[in-house]
Amino acid sequence: MKLAASRDGYGSALVKLSTDPAVIVVEADLGKSTKSQNFRKLHPERTISLGIAEQNMMLVSAGLATSGYKPFASTFAIFTERAFEQVRNGIARPNIPVHICGSHGGIHTGTDGSSAQSIEDLAIYRSLPNMLVLHPSDFNSTEQLTIQLASTNSPSYTRTARNKTPVIYDEDAASKLELGKGAILSEGEDVAIIACGVMVSRAIEAAEGLSRIGINATVVDMHTIKPLDGKLISALAEKCGCFVTAEDHSIIGGLGGAVAEHLVENCPAPLERVGVSDHFGQSGDGDELLEQFSMGTNHIISAVQRTIQRK
Amino acid sequence: MQPRWGRTVMSTENGTENDFSSIDQLLECAKSCRRNIVKMVHRANAGHPGGSLSAIDILVALYKTRLNVDASNPEDPDRDRFIMSKGHASPAVYSILHEMGYLSSDDLTKYRVMGGVCQGHVDMTWTPGVDFSAGSLGMGLSFGLGTALAASLDGSSRTSFVMLGDGELQEGQVWEAAMAAVHHEVGNLKVFVDRNRIQNDDFCENQMRMFDVADKWAGFGWAVHECDGHDMNAILGAIEWLDSITDGPAVVIAHTIKGKGVSFMEDNPSFHGAAPNDEQLQIALEELK
Repeated sequence: MKLAASRDGYGSALVKLSTDPAVIVVEADLGKSTKSQNFRKLHPERTISLGIAEQNMMLVSAGLATSGYKPFASTFAIFTERAFEQVRNGIARPNIPVHICGSHGGIHTGTDGSSAQSIEDLAIYRSLPNMLVLHPSDFNSTEQLTIQLASTNSPSYTRTARNKTPVIYDEDAASKLELGKGAILSEGEDVAIIACGVMVSRAIEAAEGLSRIGINATVVDMHTIKPLDGKLISALAEKCGCFVTAEDHSIIGGLGGAVAEHLVENCPAPLERVGVSDHFGQSGDGDELLEQFSMGTNHIISAVQRTIQRK
Repeated sequence: MQPRWGRTVMSTENGTENDFSSIDQLLECAKSCRRNIVKMVHRANAGHPGGSLSAIDILVALYKTRLNVDASNPEDPDRDRFIMSKGHASPAVYSILHEMGYLSSDDLTKYRVMGGVCQGHVDMTWTPGVDFSAGSLGMGLSFGLGTALAASLDGSSRTSFVMLGDGELQEGQVWEAAMAAVHHEVGNLKVFVDRNRIQNDDFCENQMRMFDVADKWAGFGWAVHECDGHDMNAILGAIEWLDSITDGPAVVIAHTIKGKGVSFMEDNPSFHGAAPNDEQLQIALEELK
């Protein structure tokens, strides 16, 4: 299976977007890591370095955006949070289309340890009016959805991952993705597994394992956390009757929280949330850590068995 | 550009080509703004008169003599930008926007009132002529750096003016932006610091001693000038000086008096964020005749 990191998909998207002279990259160091350096190499004149100063980066981006530019500002997911109030008051509140990318999201970030593993970014940005919140699962979907962001008029937050993960979409399949629309990767009537980011490939593996024991799962890549594709979730509530969410994020307030909110208000159905259970991470290999934190393929399978029993 | 490790000294130099009749007109306009400031805050029974009254002379000078802005085309992409970073001084902004034709008298009466366009803190999504949504201190200089960089990229001569409070300088983000502005050599970013020496709770001196504010900016490599922020000639001179600096960012430390023009508000920390009562309003309006 081909492996690639979603952060490289972001870098690749910036290069493709660079033909639009309004696209501008804003960095707070770490361009080598977030992959905005791919754009910098081609267009240093449209790349603005602000040093290790995230708060300033957010408002400089806002100033650029109100002057007709399309700023893509990136740093690690965790360091965007340092400037949360700047994003809240300076970008989301005046609804200024600044596109923020937080790379190195989640426990899967690995050996850097808990200070670098944002497990709350999706929850906090999802709580802001006007924001689009994305967490794509692979290289090609990240590239595609980032390109789509450039033609939206809303502020956005996109989380990418540090480490290489399976490439799920070929370019043709990725080109059919749409912001705000969950992508159905496999169809089954017994359970719906809603996943995002690095957990999508695990959800696919889990569905394969489940099919061997006679359980047919629908797998959705919910790359857009906000606005949530509630229409799809309601349809799956009718079709499958129970859910598992899988995310490399706290089970509080992220994808699991968003799906739970939709279900209880619209179509109550059993839900099991696979994710980080209200504690911080630690150093280790990314895949190893997901196992350690009960977020491996087998844990998704167990969660499916539990949620089916609750139907 | 070489960082400017020095600074000019306190100056009361007059701007050139200012005849006295135009100075009188500016002073009259500032007085009219002051009346509206105290009336707005009194009517709303809330707001920030002190920092509005300290800033207003500079705003009048900028809007009436320097900013290339037009009330009939408030979204003109090539307009100069004025970024009020100390967004609580919104009555000052609304009063000058009224004088400039952006806001009606009726708009001013709805300051802080539901359904009105004059929000408690300046907000670009509500008020024509407002370029920046403030209210949380420390963010405006960064935003102004963004608009200045955009102007450079466009090859436009438009200028970004930012007003900061002095208490606001305690926010770390101001210095992130100050460092970046010098790094990027933005010659189209001009700052006024409203040095009124008072913040929400008390005199700045008691809350956080900042020692020599001008030296701090100079230390970051800014061109620095100081003036009396209520002497219209000195303000016009400071604006001319700002425009003379084209190879990097420039700041004017404007020495002001919080509550200027209303005797019982002057230099009084109690009127940072408190409204005058009915009787106090009458006294204030009498003093501002």
